[in-house]
Amino acid sequence: MSHRVGVLAVFCLALASRLACAVDPTELPDPKLQARYLALTHELRCMQCQNESIADSPVDLAGDLRREVREMLLAGKSDQDVRNFMVARYGDFILFRPRFTTRTFWLWATPGVLLLIGAFVAVRVVKQRGALVGQDDEPLEGDARS
Amino acid sequence: MNRFVLPLGIFAALALVLAVGIRHSADKGMIPSPLIGKPAPQFTAPVLTDSARTFRSSDLKGRWYVFNVWGTWCVECREEHSALLQIHARSGIPLIGLDWRDRDPQALQWLSELGNPYEVVAVDREGRTAIDWGVYGAPETFLVNPQGIVVYKYIGALTWDAWQTKFVPRLPPEAAGKS
Repeated sequence: MSHRVGVLAVFCLALASRLACAVDPTELPDPKLQARYLALTHELRCMQCQNESIADSPVDLAGDLRREVREMLLAGKSDQDVRNFMVARYGDFILFRPRFTTRTFWLWATPGVLLLIGAFVAVRVVKQRGALVGQDDEPLEGDARS
Repeated sequence: MNRFVLPLGIFAALALVLAVGIRHSADKGMIPSPLIGKPAPQFTAPVLTDSARTFRSSDLKGRWYVFNVWGTWCVECREEHSALLQIHARSGIPLIGLDWRDRDPQALQWLSELGNPYEVVAVDREGRTAIDWGVYGAPETFLVNPQGIVVYKYIGALTWDAWQTKFVPRLPPEAAGKS
């Protein structure tokens, strides 16, 4: 029992230290706004570090971009306004979730196309096997018992 | 024989796609700017060398100019500085600097030590103008035409060679100057 409490305590400490170490201490007055702020900063790429979101990156530019997001939300702009602002300046690359456009068509379509190809191949293989089983009614060579 | 045709064909197609991808990823550090072909962002900012003056980007209308984003904290900017001095000396094109997220005294010292190739240096202490230009790492250098349209963006330390091969061909001879 005490062992379990210990594990829980360590877990809570780890969680608390993570929260304390967060790069971005921003707190917006309205919890709804704060939730949108967090969602947006996590889906915008830090252009300098490229594999981090601006929410997680400690570099100055990420801080500047977080400030832009914060100010736009406080000014009553929509999430889409913020995304459009970023894309107009940095291009689609800044979005971790790319938009569906003619340029990103294959990015979105490839998994579906691959799935269709896989399904087509699977159906063909199963059908061919089925046909083989149907034809195979001859006794096996050297099978004396049949 | 026939059963090899399809897998081989798929393999060849895949190899082709990947080869094209690899060929085109030579500049994978360079993210294309959505600003190319669009009007340059308008801004006003204090002038580094004269804090009483305000720089207005609209004053540049009607001229070709080079917009160079730098900072004294930027190692590659020191590297490219000699190329900027050379461009300034050998072509007539105005160089407009943007001192990005920097401290004025350091920036002034930098210019007096290394030389000042700029017609004017605008100061962007909070990084707002840099965001409007889509800057994500200094140095970055833009070429803007007399209509105020961004023609080209160069990322990284500029060299005389890059100037000759990437900028000069995009300029009319009179703007490229004596080179």
